[in-house]
Amino acid sequence: MPAADLPARPAPRRTRPPRGGRALRGLVRFTTLMLAVSMVTFALVGLSPIDPVKMNVGQVSYANMSAEKRAQLRSYWDADAPVAERYARWASAAVRGDLGESLRFSRPVTDVIGERAAASLALMAAAWAISGVVGVSLGVLAGAHRGRWPDRLIKGYCFVISSTPTFWLGLVALIVFSVWLGWFPLGFSAPIGQSASAVSLGARLHHLVLPALTLSVAGVAGVALHTREKVIDVLESDFAWFAQSRGESPRQVLVRHGLRNIALPAISLQFAQVSEIFGGSILVEQVFSYPGLGQAAVTAGIGGDAPLLVGIALASAAIVFLGNAVANILYGLVDPRMRQGGAHGTLR
Amino acid sequence: MARCAEPHPSAAPASGGAHGAPLLHSSAVRGRGNRRCLLIGLAAAVLALAAIALAGALAAPAAVATDFEAKSLAPFLAHPFGTDWMGRDMLARTLAGLSSSLFVGLIAAGVSALIALALASAAALGGPRADAAVSWVIDLVMGLPHIVLLILISYALGKGFWGVTVGVAVTHWPSLARVLRAEIMQARSHPSVALARSLGQGPVRIALTHMVPAVLPQLLVGLVLLFPHAILHEAAVTFLGFGLSPDTPAIGVILSEAMGYLSGGQWWLAVFPGAALAVAVALFERVGSMGRRLVDARTAQE
Repeated sequence: MPAADLPARPAPRRTRPPRGGRALRGLVRFTTLMLAVSMVTFALVGLSPIDPVKMNVGQVSYANMSAEKRAQLRSYWDADAPVAERYARWASAAVRGDLGESLRFSRPVTDVIGERAAASLALMAAAWAISGVVGVSLGVLAGAHRGRWPDRLIKGYCFVISSTPTFWLGLVALIVFSVWLGWFPLGFSAPIGQSASAVSLGARLHHLVLPALTLSVAGVAGVALHTREKVIDVLESDFAWFAQSRGESPRQVLVRHGLRNIALPAISLQFAQVSEIFGGSILVEQVFSYPGLGQAAVTAGIGGDAPLLVGIALASAAIVFLGNAVANILYGLVDPRMRQGGAHGTLR
Repeated sequence: MARCAEPHPSAAPASGGAHGAPLLHSSAVRGRGNRRCLLIGLAAAVLALAAIALAGALAAPAAVATDFEAKSLAPFLAHPFGTDWMGRDMLARTLAGLSSSLFVGLIAAGVSALIALALASAAALGGPRADAAVSWVIDLVMGLPHIVLLILISYALGKGFWGVTVGVAVTHWPSLARVLRAEIMQARSHPSVALARSLGQGPVRIALTHMVPAVLPQLLVGLVLLFPHAILHEAAVTFLGFGLSPDTPAIGVILSEAMGYLSGGQWWLAVFPGAALAVAVALFERVGSMGRRLVDARTAQE
């Protein structure tokens, strides 16, 4: 591009790349990320000393098994082919949208992921929405009452929650609400003994409440603390002082000048948190025996189901990428300076 | 400790200055200063660490000793945390589990901090290509949900102690690496470094007198802050069945075993061990965030 050196080049193009270029760069990053994730996952699963055949049939039946049966199972689990060869085979099929056959579930990986992702997304979306709304409200409350007891209470809550393991919270919730009070079922996404199609929406929601609440409790802390900082910033800003000196009450200042400044950063923070919510959902699904992606990942990992594990890793990476992309776009809308530099990570 | 270094409720921050007429240089802090609080907190954390390690070592035999005459007892004086279905004392199991968690967390935080320092130095000092490579690796590690990555690494290493320890150790560095990279770049472009260079000081001397003092506090605080995360992730991965083996007393093992006894009403099997873990994590989190406030010039005087 020799034109780049000409002094007459219009300035705006230099400071702000065209929209198509950003989308293209995003696509390239997404593709390389997917490629790297699939390779790393395959390599890690291939490295494992755990024998998938032994893992799945159990020690005793493996010992009693005939040699032919073992060989047959080994070829079924594809245990003898080198990792690179398996990866090449997998990748050439994956390009065409075929992620292989799940060995544990004896169904195509895309089917398993599709079905599980629907359940997981319902759980995550509910938790995501609850933690967003509650987090922003608590943050505004704390920021508006900085230093007084609501602030102390909320800060204390956030501090306690951020050092509490999510799965333990789930266990305690089970003890209190399912065992003692009997308000909610002990687990699963549907009553035992019913086929999935026969379950009513009400029963489904009833089974969703406790896991979603548990998952949202953990997500509240980050949003609340972030919102609190923002509220304090806004209330100390010149325009807030000015509004107050004109006779607006603190509540009016907050509603008229604060909320708009606060809402969008909080929403983009929520999108950037998708990775943590996904991680939390794995633990929560395990506690509540909720049949989502996370539980499938644990099953696949324990059973050595490489195709499913790779598929879930890719799906989770895609979800996280999407969340971050949305967060970046929102940051850009809120703060033009972010469009150039990109998010600067801080510790925590 | 909760009262340490809380800004005085009525004292406006220095920039505002609208409330009354405070002395310009009077501290906005009521009570003891941040520095002393940090020292007290650090001492308390180290003491707690030592105490838990010692108690864990002492409790190790009791943690696996079964007594079928005293099984499934609710908490009372002789067994403050109750006993499980094999008559094992839950207090002993919790202490032993905490000490193994702290051990894994200590290794993991140390290794992660070293990785973060190495990659941050490479990114900040190795030119634009190294910078791009490091930031790509960071994107890759952060692109997967942390728990998924831990499961994969632990599975690759055959689960067990090494699976979870290596997994936790090699995945906790990205956030610290970003902080350190920014810190090193800032220190390098500081006028004092240019001045030292033009005065003819060698790179080693510049590194020792200008770079290390700038980066070391961030590194230490980062290390302390990695610690609680590492402990929580170790417990989570163990809980999922990819960590410490089921015969070792670990918090994750205790809690996943307790799952089967919840519907029978044995709440103490889950409640106390998890709460003990949360308290340990909160302690180190607190010390770390005090340290961070002290390292950050804007909040150091609060």
